[in-house]
Amino acid sequence: MTLLDLQRDFLGFLLDEPSDIPVAVGGSSGPGLAVYHNAYGGQLVECLKDSYERLWAWLGDEAFEAAARRHIAAHPPHSWTLADYGVKFSETMADLYPDDPEVAEIAALDWALRRAFDGPDAPAFDRQQLAAVDWDEAVIAFVPTLTLLPVKTNCGAIWNAIAAEEEVPAAELLPEPGWVRVWRVGLQPHFASIETAEMGAIQLASSGMSFARLCDRLSEEIGVETAVDAAGRYLASWVQDQMIADVR
Amino acid sequence: MPEETIAPFHGFGLGLRIPHFQNYLTEAVPVDFIEIISENFMGAGGRPIHVLDEVRDRWPVAMHGVSMSIGSADGIRSDYLARLKALADRIQPLWVSDHLSWSRVGEVNSHDLLPLPFTEEALNTVCANIEHVQDALERPLVLENPSTYLTFADDQMTEWAFLAEMTKRTGCYLLLDVNNIYVSGTNNGFDPYDYLAGVPADRVRQIHLAGHSQGQGRLIDTHDEPVPDPVWDLFARIYPRLGRVATMIERDDNIPPLQDMLDELDVARRIAGDVTAAAA
Repeated sequence: MTLLDLQRDFLGFLLDEPSDIPVAVGGSSGPGLAVYHNAYGGQLVECLKDSYERLWAWLGDEAFEAAARRHIAAHPPHSWTLADYGVKFSETMADLYPDDPEVAEIAALDWALRRAFDGPDAPAFDRQQLAAVDWDEAVIAFVPTLTLLPVKTNCGAIWNAIAAEEEVPAAELLPEPGWVRVWRVGLQPHFASIETAEMGAIQLASSGMSFARLCDRLSEEIGVETAVDAAGRYLASWVQDQMIADVR
Repeated sequence: MPEETIAPFHGFGLGLRIPHFQNYLTEAVPVDFIEIISENFMGAGGRPIHVLDEVRDRWPVAMHGVSMSIGSADGIRSDYLARLKALADRIQPLWVSDHLSWSRVGEVNSHDLLPLPFTEEALNTVCANIEHVQDALERPLVLENPSTYLTFADDQMTEWAFLAEMTKRTGCYLLLDVNNIYVSGTNNGFDPYDYLAGVPADRVRQIHLAGHSQGQGRLIDTHDEPVPDPVWDLFARIYPRLGRVATMIERDDNIPPLQDMLDELDVARRIAGDVTAAAA
């Protein structure tokens, strides 16, 4: 057996596929094979617990481990880094808990916050420079850790209560679907619930549209007076929340 | 063969672990160097890199990786090497180390330190990969003997003979994990003292000390216990043969307060001092 064949077979053994590995190892190596087999799945479960800490708390040990094992069986790791493992765990949660949408949403929030934790650095735009901005031409660049998540439930309140070790509210649907934005300020990840109109404004700004054109677009959609008020509120919160990296 | 060599560094250090981040940022921790798990600092930014930059300002740092997969029959991933080199260029470590093992072949990465057969083919593969990595990183590589839990029917040489030939062919160096020698010897039926006698001592730049636990039919390299007496005994035997070397204690689970780790490191210092004096 070549080294390449042996390694393919060994990985197949870890993934519970048919394998000649038990033949290739020494005669008394059965317990050793079990160590590697257990370590493979065990490490991935621990990795998911680490990345999805609030989801783990929400589901409890037994349900989380069962979900993790289902995910691991369907998704062997591919990335060079274990930190990437679990990128699609929220999709597994959506499949496993179709009647409990908060489960997949808590998972998506856990993942986005983890990604923001060690995402690219970018100092926040100096608010002292705002007065010098030519708003007729200005284009806003957000910090690179900014992520938008669609939500139907109070997943943010659940997440916060678990993190603060406070009484956790029951899951409930929002009056209307909204969004959560996730980003990092300095070294600390943050998230906030936002209305759909703000999500649209963020997406337009992120596409490179000038802030003036963005205001025009809002006016077309929600009327001039409402749009002026909304755009002002959005910009103020983006500055206040240190979401803006640059205004060009 | 790399043109550069790794100068010996003598000292006693610990691994940088999250529960101790604040200690290292705010206290005069009495260690001579700090080892990092490279992959924990290969993200784009944020708190890990911020902490590492501050630590590097105060101590020499050794980079220790777990994802190189130096034994992969289909080579080393270039995206991993590029990130590793960027980190090495940023912090200018004492050296860059990883394990004599493999984790990935094709698209599947087990993220475990899987065992290599000790065959001529595996030796050729490992040596070719080491030379590729040393060229890419523009520095010699340091490789650690891993804990193993089985042997292969086709093995053609001992692990220590494999290590000796590997260093001879590639000019790489060794990180000798004394606990792993004890664990692998117990699991696979070799005498750890034969291993120590056969390993090329002049290539060793670093020592790892750690604890292990008893699994079903195998000792497991868990790094969740203090260093046990049989590992200290092996350390005392090999240390006088190594000259200037960097010694550290690994703890990755059940991590105690930093002071407990420093007390254990003092045991290593005392043993090293005693056996060096006795050998003089």
